Parts: sequence; C-alpha cells; structure tokens
Amino acid sequence: MDIDALAGCLSSSACLVTQTTSGLIIGMLLFLVAVGLTLIFGVLKVVNFSHGAFYMFGAYFAMTAYQLTDSFALAMLAGAAGTAVLGLIFERVFMSRVYGADVLMQLLVCYAFVLIFDDVVRIIWGPEFKAMGMPAAFQVMPLFIAGGVVPPYYLLLIGVALLAAIVLGIGLSRSRIGKVIRAAAHNPGMVSALGINTGLIYGGVFALGGMLAGLAGALAAPVRSLTPGMGFSVLIESFIVTVIGGMGSILGALIGALLLGLIRSFGSLGFPLFTEGLMYLFMVIVLVSKPTGLFGKEAA
Amino acid sequence: MTRTRTPGISRRSTLALMGAGAMSVAAPWVARAQAKTIKIGMPTILSGRVAQLGTSSRNAVMLEVEKVNAAGGLAGRQIEMVIRDSKGQPQEAARVARELVNTDGCELMIDAEASSGAFAVHEVARDLGVFCIHTNSETSALTADPKQHIPNAFRTARQGVHDSIVGGSYAAAIAKAKGLKKWATCSPDYAYGRDTTAEFTLYLKRFAPEVEIISESWPKLFQADYTEVVTKILQAKPQALYSCLWGGDLTSYIDQANIYAMFGQMEVFAVNMADYTALTVVKNLPKGIHSGNRYIKTFPTTPENAAWGDAYKAKFNEYPTNWSWENATAIMLMAEAAKKANSADGKKIAEVLKGLTIKCPFGADGTVTMRGDDHTLVGYAIGWGTTIPQEPYVPEVKAGDWKTIFELEAEWKKSKGYT
Repeated sequence: MDIDALAGCLSSSACLVTQTTSGLIIGMLLFLVAVGLTLIFGVLKVVNFSHGAFYMFGAYFAMTAYQLTDSFALAMLAGAAGTAVLGLIFERVFMSRVYGADVLMQLLVCYAFVLIFDDVVRIIWGPEFKAMGMPAAFQVMPLFIAGGVVPPYYLLLIGVALLAAIVLGIGLSRSRIGKVIRAAAHNPGMVSALGINTGLIYGGVFALGGMLAGLAGALAAPVRSLTPGMGFSVLIESFIVTVIGGMGSILGALIGALLLGLIRSFGSLGFPLFTEGLMYLFMVIVLVSKPTGLFGKEAA
Repeated sequence: MTRTRTPGISRRSTLALMGAGAMSVAAPWVARAQAKTIKIGMPTILSGRVAQLGTSSRNAVMLEVEKVNAAGGLAGRQIEMVIRDSKGQPQEAARVARELVNTDGCELMIDAEASSGAFAVHEVARDLGVFCIHTNSETSALTADPKQHIPNAFRTARQGVHDSIVGGSYAAAIAKAKGLKKWATCSPDYAYGRDTTAEFTLYLKRFAPEVEIISESWPKLFQADYTEVVTKILQAKPQALYSCLWGGDLTSYIDQANIYAMFGQMEVFAVNMADYTALTVVKNLPKGIHSGNRYIKTFPTTPENAAWGDAYKAKFNEYPTNWSWENATAIMLMAEAAKKANSADGKKIAEVLKGLTIKCPFGADGTVTMRGDDHTLVGYAIGWGTTIPQEPYVPEVKAGDWKTIFELEAEWKKSKGYT
C-alpha cells in the first residue's frame, strides 16, 4: 500500500488531470464493450459470452483496413461496420435458435463461438501478435493541461465513446425505434402482436452491440497489441462493469465503466499490488449493498 | 434408454486387446531391428499465445537436422524428429515426453519447453534416463541447483543470471555516465518478471550503488491496457526505466507509452526488445531503447551468424527468435558429440558433451562450450545495445565480458548455497 503516493497525487493538479484522463480512457473503451453486452441482455435476455470476440474482430478489421487504405477514418468504419454485419449474421444464424433454451445451452453456444472465432482469427491473421501502429496524424506531442499529460489520440477516443453514449441514450429514449426496442425488451409477445418484426429488432440490437464492441476494438487497435483471444480479458472486465452498473442499464454501464477506469488509474498509485483486487472488491461491495447493481431495476 | 450390450469383456474386444498388446510389444523391437534412423523426441509449444516461439524452435531444429542428415546423420544414422505440441502446459509436456520415449521409441530428447514445462520434462528425463537437452528454459536453477543435476540432461539456453549480470553492468555504466540515479521498474507479475527484475536491480545496484528504485509496477501478464502504469511512471519522474515485458505485452506498452512521449523523458532499458518478434511488429519503434540481445543476425558481427539468420529467413520467411538459436545450438552440439563418440547412444554422447567446445555462429568468440560441471551453455554471444526503428534495429551491441560473468556467477551460486 502506498497511501502517501495517492494523497500526493490527489493534492497535485498535474497528477489529478493525468490520472483522471487515464481512468477515462480505460473506462470509455470498457463502456463501449459493456454497453453492447448490457443492451443485448436487456432486450434479448441472453448473456453473450462471445461478446469479446467482436472487440477482437473490430481491432483486426481496423488493422487490415488501415493497412489497405492508410486511412484512419476508414479503419474505424471497417471495424464498426464489419462487426455489425458479423453480429447480425451471428444472431440470425445461431443465437436466434437458443433464445428459449436453457441458460447453460446459451452459454455453451457462446463459449463454442469464443473458441471458433479465436481460431478463425488465427487462420486468417496468424497466431502471432500484431500491431496496427499509431496514424501519423496522432504521432504528436501530448497536450499539457494544468500540468497533466493528455495524449491527443485519447481525447479523440474519449470523444467518440462519449458521442456513442449520448446518441445511444437519446436514441433509445426518444426515437421511435428506441421505443420499439424498449417495448420489445419489456414484452416481446405484445410487440410482435402489433405487427412489428421482433426478429429484425433482435438482429438489429445484436448488430448494434457487436458494432459498439467492434468500434472499441478499432479505437484500441493503434495502442494495444492484437492477438487471437484478446477479447477475453476485456469481456471479463465488461462483465464486472455490467454487474456494477446493473444488467440492462446503459447509464449503469457508463457509470460502472468510468468508476472501474478511475479505480484502476488511482488504485495503481495507492494500491499497486492490489489494483485488480480493488475492482473485484468494489464489485462485491455493490453486489452486497445493491444486488441489482447501481442502476439495475428490481427483478419483477 | 435400455442397455443392449451385456457388461463384461466380449470376445471381440478381447481379441482386439490381445492384438493391440502384441503390436505394442512388437513395435519397439521392429524399430530397434532396423536401427537405421534415430528418433529424437521434442515436446514444444505449438499452440496458444507463445506458439510463435515454439514454431521458431521447430524451424531451427529442422534447419540443422537437414544439414546433419545431409552430412551422413548422427554417427551414421539419419535423424527423424518427432515433434509434439505441449500447449505450454507442464503436465502435458511431461506426458508428451514420456510418450515420445515409451511409445514412439525416441532415443534422444530435445526439450523445447518454457521454464514451467522444462522442470516437468527434466523429471521425466531423470526417471527414464533418456538423454535430454533443455533448449529454452532460462531459469538459472535448472542447472545451477545441484539438486536438479542429472548426468543425462543439459541446457543450451541462455541463463537468467548471465543476462542479469551483463544487463546490470551495462545499465550501471550508463547510469554512472549520465547520472541516472532514480529508477523505475515495470515488469509482468509472475515468476519470470519478478525474478529477472530482482536479479537485474541486484547487479545494477552492485555496479552503481547510488541507484535508487523509486517506483515499481507489476502489470498482469497479457494485460491489454497499460495506461495507468504509464501515467504512474510519468508521475514518479524517474530518470530511467527497466522492464522485462516481452512479446505482445511489450509492443502494447511501447505503443501506449509512445503517445505519452515517455521515451523522451527517461532512458528505457527493456531486456526483451531486441528480438525480431517484437522489433518487426512495433510500428513506431522509438530510437534509443536499451535492450539485451535475444537473437539478432548482426550480433555477433560475423559472416557465419549473418548467413545463418539469412538462411533461416529464406527458408521460413521470417527472422529467427531467441528460441531458434538455442535449439539450433542443441543440434550442433549433439552432432559434434556423436561424431566424437562415434555413436548415437545417449550415454556416450553425454560423456563427450561434458566440457565440449564447438565452432558455432552464436558464440561470443565463434565457439560455445557445454560447461562440464553444471551442464549449461557458456560462451554464447551476450550483450546490450540501443535500438533504431529500421534494420539492423540494434546497430551496435556492447558485448558482455564472460570473465566477469563467470566471477559473479560463482559468487551468486555461493550465495544461493549451490556450491
């Protein structure tokens, strides 16, 4: 434990800025993955254990597009659009068959696809790790804000993720499609009886979830190494986020992810040997005091 | 469901069992009767996160075995390699090793496992008495600890303590020249990371006593994001950083530290940087990272080493790794020992191998020696240098001094109670 370092940091604006942005970066990427997970659970009532694979595919798609076109924007687009299509196909062909099935069955199907997707990546891109590399536009000196260090690329990353959160939040609460999705989550039988194609909604939600995870992967690709199986650790942290925030809650995913990011960035200063443990400890505290998560609704 | 078969052993399965029994008794006899080829078993890691290293071990072995076979084989017997995947799991490595000897009839063994698996295979070698060369485990205790010593096992991998002595003295010289007193460390949180960092700092402080470690970070192995570690180190404002992160973890770390412009703010010592697996993957390799040599075709700067690296690249379309040279050396030593003993018998090879010096492209002076008293390789090329973003990546490597290594190694062994 190193409480002095933590206290020292909290009293210095430079350190505070650096560590807070560092927490926001970790949190925002986590949010993009977790929000898809929570959205899919909220509407489809399926815990998508293969969600990490979309993060992985997003990163690989982005890297390949970047190598082919040398355009960062196209790389991001490829990461997001590619995984959206993949999500739609995955839901329509496989997941839609196990909606009514036992949880264990759903879990097994998802787990099988974790392994299959990892092997697909291994076959296409090879087993060794890859790196996309930082686009030249972002290879610049970091900004110094109140003495703290903030890389411009991370500002973009936070901005994109925040934009996604806002669009998603407003879209779901205000737009007609959003209302239909929420209705389908609440009572799919009634929505279907009103003549709305629930299959399309389910597929669309899965594609949206996959797209967000893919976007996270694409945004992370310039700074993280790409390996088959890279989705797994992200998936575990996303689960912690959804459990803390409440399964099915988008606001919960956002707050949960940001809290987790901040716990990591400040925890590594004050509790360098217990940073990981701190996340789980926080999850346990939330679960004990509020079993549905911070923003989860009580079970009906 | 109803059961249709009666329990117990049927006539058919009894026959099948008998047949199988007869086969397994007969098979080794057939193999021995022919005795033209000699099988060498090799458990290594061919799947999972470090599969690339296992594959590069296999490649290097095959490259050398081809040469030995073309020159007449091992004491007149053609070598047949039997290479199996251990998936990097120690219990699987031990099982595969046992199977290679007992079922496949392998008479010699190359153990191309990482440290965890190597200790397991070592016990199999102890049990079966089969001749075995450990090619990849760098954990010093494998050969330094007399409790591990068996007459039939050797090691052709570099040794952790050698690396630490050379790294520590190299870093200390730079620390003194540039006045680097405040150091930070950042290494993966498992046995290798902890031990290697401890040994490095031990020798760094020994050669430069004024050095102080002001910040330590222990990210998880295979951690995806290092941002909090990077910013923590930036806060501590050290003058130098040591890291033994490797592979994809190291490249992630570099990419993430790069956008914080970290490499301009401190001297960075990353022992595992100068390996082609990392060098060729990092897109924006910062200039001036200090690294130990792993395998690099420009060190030692001899035509033999360059030719070996190029031949490997030509055949496999990628550069060799640290594990490649260690495995190639095993075959070179084995071939030379068999020639001297005029036999492919494991016991005879082991006898000759003790203290054997051979010409080798990876030797510091063009030769390497299998030290007789602890069965480990010495005299291999070992050094540190700084990186540049394109080939040859590490233009100048400062070679470690083997005289100093021997002195400090002897002292280290004494402190551990090994001698």
